[in-house]
Parts: sequence; C-alpha cells; structure tokens
Amino acid sequence: MLMKTDLTVPALEVVGISKTFHVAGKPVPALRDVSLSVQNGDFVAIAGASGCGKSTLLRLILGLDRGDLGHVRIDGMPIGGPGLDRGMVFQEHRLLPWLTAEQNVAAALRRSGLPAAERRRRVAEQLELVGLTEFARAFPAQLSGGMAQRVAIARALVNRPRFLLLDEPLGALDALTRLRLQGELARIVRHGGTTALLVTHDVDEAVFLADRVVVMRPHPGRIADVLTVELGARRDRSSPSFLRIRDRVLAMLGVSPIDDDEEREAVAACSFTIAASTNGARSDRIGQNIGAWCGRGGARTEQDAYPRTEGGEMVGG
Amino acid sequence: MTGGALPWRPLLVPLAGLAVWEAMSHIGGVSNQILPPPEAVAHRLWDGFTTGGLSVDLAASLMRAGFGFALGATSGVAFGLMLGLSRWAGRLLGPLFLGYRQVALFAWVPLLSMWFGGGETGKIAFIALAAMAPAAVNTWRGTRALSRDYVELGAVLMFQPLDTIRLIALPGALPAILTGLRGALIAAWLATVGAELFLDVAPGLGGRMNEGRETFQLDLVLGSILLLGVVGLAFGRLAVFAETLLLRKRTA
Repeated sequence: MLMKTDLTVPALEVVGISKTFHVAGKPVPALRDVSLSVQNGDFVAIAGASGCGKSTLLRLILGLDRGDLGHVRIDGMPIGGPGLDRGMVFQEHRLLPWLTAEQNVAAALRRSGLPAAERRRRVAEQLELVGLTEFARAFPAQLSGGMAQRVAIARALVNRPRFLLLDEPLGALDALTRLRLQGELARIVRHGGTTALLVTHDVDEAVFLADRVVVMRPHPGRIADVLTVELGARRDRSSPSFLRIRDRVLAMLGVSPIDDDEEREAVAACSFTIAASTNGARSDRIGQNIGAWCGRGGARTEQDAYPRTEGGEMVGG
Repeated sequence: MTGGALPWRPLLVPLAGLAVWEAMSHIGGVSNQILPPPEAVAHRLWDGFTTGGLSVDLAASLMRAGFGFALGATSGVAFGLMLGLSRWAGRLLGPLFLGYRQVALFAWVPLLSMWFGGGETGKIAFIALAAMAPAAVNTWRGTRALSRDYVELGAVLMFQPLDTIRLIALPGALPAILTGLRGALIAAWLATVGAELFLDVAPGLGGRMNEGRETFQLDLVLGSILLLGVVGLAFGRLAVFAETLLLRKRTA
C-alpha cells in the first residue's frame, strides 16, 4: 500500500480522540481531542496527575476500548482491537497465580504460531534478559513485587512486539526497587529496539526514560505540551539539563520547582549528609531520617502536592 | 482444644446412639419386628457380604453412581463455564437454570422414566441430572467471580475461548469447581438410592432395601441404610482429600 512506503506516516498515531465515560448516568469526559504521533524507536512518556485520562489513552492504543471520536492508527491503518504487535505491562503485575514464571511468559506465546522449541527458547531468553532465569519455576506468590513486575515485562516482550505499552509499571513498587527497575527498563527497551509508551505520574521517571514527555492535564484529559528530552538530560538524574526539564514539566503540572536558594541549600545539605553518614555505624537509621528530611524539601512533587494545586495556585516554599 | 488431639470424639454421639438402640431393643421392650437389635443388623450385613451377594449390590450401586456422576459433573462444569464466560448464555440460560433448581429432584423421575425407561439408562440419567446441578452452579459462580483483570489480560494476549478456559477460567475457578464436584458426588449418591427405589428393580442397595421392606426384614433395611451412610461419608472424605491435594500449591 502507498501508506506503508510513505516515510512521513508515523508508526503509531492517535488522531483527535475523545472519550466520555458515563458514571451513574452522568457523562464524565475522560479525553478531549487528543492527538499524538510516535515514530519507530521512540520512547514516549505520558505524564500527568491522576484523572487526566492517561491510562484511558493507553487502553485505546491497546485496542481494549474505542474512542467516541477519532481513532488510533498503526502505519496509517486504524486498529481493530488488541494485537500481538503491542505488548502491555500493567501497574500490578497481573501474573496468573496458578502458573510459574516461565508458564506466565509462555502464555503470551499461545497465539504466536511459533513451534514449541522456539517458544521455549524465547521464554528462556526473555527471563534471562530480566535476570530471572533461576526463578523460572517459581510461582508469582514466591516472587517479590519487583521480580513479579520483571516477569510481567518479560511476558510483554516475548512476542517481540513493535510497541511496548507501560501503564505506571513501577508505580506499586518501593522507591529503591523502582529506581533499579527504571535503569533496567531503559536497558531492556534499548536492547530490543522497541517503541515504548510509558504512562506515569512520576516526572523523574518520565524524564529519565523518555525521549519525549507528553504532559497531560485533567478534566477532561488533554495534552498540555510535548517536551523533547535532549540527549544530555536523559538517564542522568543529576545533570542540570535533567533538572531543568523536570522542573518545566512540574511547573506545567502546577507544582512549583525548587527555585529559592534556601531550599536548594537544604537539598545540598541532604546529599552532603548522606555521603557523610556512610561512615556512621547506624547509617541505615540515619539514612531513613535523611530520606524523610529530604522528602520535605526536595520531593514535594508527588501525590501530596497535586490536590493542593487544583486552583492553579503555586505551592511556594 | 479441637478434634486433632481427641480423634475418638466424633464417634461419641454415634456410640451413644448405639447404646440407646441396644437398650431399647433389649430392655425397652420394643419389638424386634419394629427395631431389630444392632447385633442382628451387624450379623445380617456380615452374612450379606459373605454369602448373600451384598457386595454385588454395593458394586452395582457404586458403578451407577460413578457413571451418573461422571456424566453429570462433566456436563455441569461445561454448562457452568458457558454460563459464566458467555454474557449471552448467562443472560438467556441463567434464569432458566435457576428455575430448574427450584423443581424438586424427584419430580423428574416420572418424566425421565418415560423418556429413558426405568432401566439402567433412566437411572443413570436421573443420577446425572442430580449431579449436574451442584457442579454447574458452583462452576458458574466461580467463573463469574474471576477478576475482570485476567479476562482483560486474555484479550491483550489474543486468547481464544479455549485458551481462556484452560489458562484462566478452569484454574481460577478451581476451588469453586471442586466444591461443586463434591456436592455433585454426594448428590449422585443420594440420587442413586432414589433411582433404585423408584425405578425398575435391579441389583443395588436400593433394590435390597425394597426387598427388605416387602419381606419385612428390618435388619436388611437398617443395614442398607447404614451402608449408604458409610459410603456417603467415604465419598465426602475422598472429595475433601482430593481438594486439599489439588489446591496444595496455591498460595495466592
């Protein structure tokens, strides 16, 4: 077809999608006129407060739901429903509890049409990629949250999908596991050359992983802006360009970045004390206290801050 | 403390009952024609098994129950899966099925005996019908209670209906299905006696009871009742054992 050879046609395109849900008879607009285009190999993060329709958008791209208006196109062709060209990682791992890790990954290959030997090879390969070869025979209940989510990532990738869709995949994990898995996710996606769409409310995560950050606003969900993360900023949480783009996204979401000197000093003091405390005998306890302290000054960006900014007011220092 | 430390405790009430029975027939002045003493019943059972062909009757009843159970339980689980997984089947057939449940089981005897005859076919059809209902109801409930998330996962992985049944519905509803199968086994055993009592005479415990009633051999009637109870109890225990075995690996 003409469209397939046309290089200007994006790999994935969301065209003018609107979606309204009906809750107790009342219409609740979830998305209004959302358009987005993604090229092959892109890593796009969709960031926004809860209720901005970002998960709905992912469900529409997945083909689990349809928009009232507009449509989703892959290579210029409207999608008809779910397909093995789109792998999905949900917020909870959603592994089948009665299957082992490898059986869970293999379940994704049931409709792949591959011969049994090739399936076994692929399952082993994916489990190795996420570092869980030794846990292939373990049941989900025997795995930690982070391990289970890595199995879920393996399951989403085992069909070698063109698109990897991630719906707050690390949102339910503890902070340390989350940081570790962010690094792994970057590696895994790069390894497969997959085009990735990540929905997240964690702005740091979005800037760390993505080439582009789509910022969404709620009620109804719409795209506020699309920011490009330049190469220097990506994957380097402490680079000035990382912080600059993160602060821009936060400002767009109505959370003021740290701009007065006093707070910057407090944050600097935190990192200094963390370094010093590694020599201390009770460094774990001290670390916790510092974490709580830093959380007050540095990480005012999460859930806690969103409700207070509903009226467009800045949360000042 | 619970039964674990005192394994004889469940036997307490039956033993007391036996003592009362013993006393009634010996010192209570109740005629042996109305209530034969326990030892007479035991003797009759012993005789029955050693020389009277009671084991043939027991085997015939167990066979019938087994066939009927297999037939009824399989169709019940299949029917329950259909009701639970297909929204249309649930809406169209669900109310009808619930209505059927309100009809007393034995009300089907005349109809079934006319359709299938009073012989072996009619008996097994009746037992299967009895076993079908608990299997279907529990499978239906178990399948309906499956998390929508898993069904959605099936959609994302492009599962065909058979994949969904094998990987999601059957294992997910397994605890409920096993409860249903236990109910079906007990229903099948109850229906076996009913079929043997109400349909054509054939070898079987029910037939033996009929014979005992007609010839006024109360020891035979009572012995058969005891035997039915023991077999029913054994079925229940067997089902519970199988359940624990099958669900042992589950932790989630």
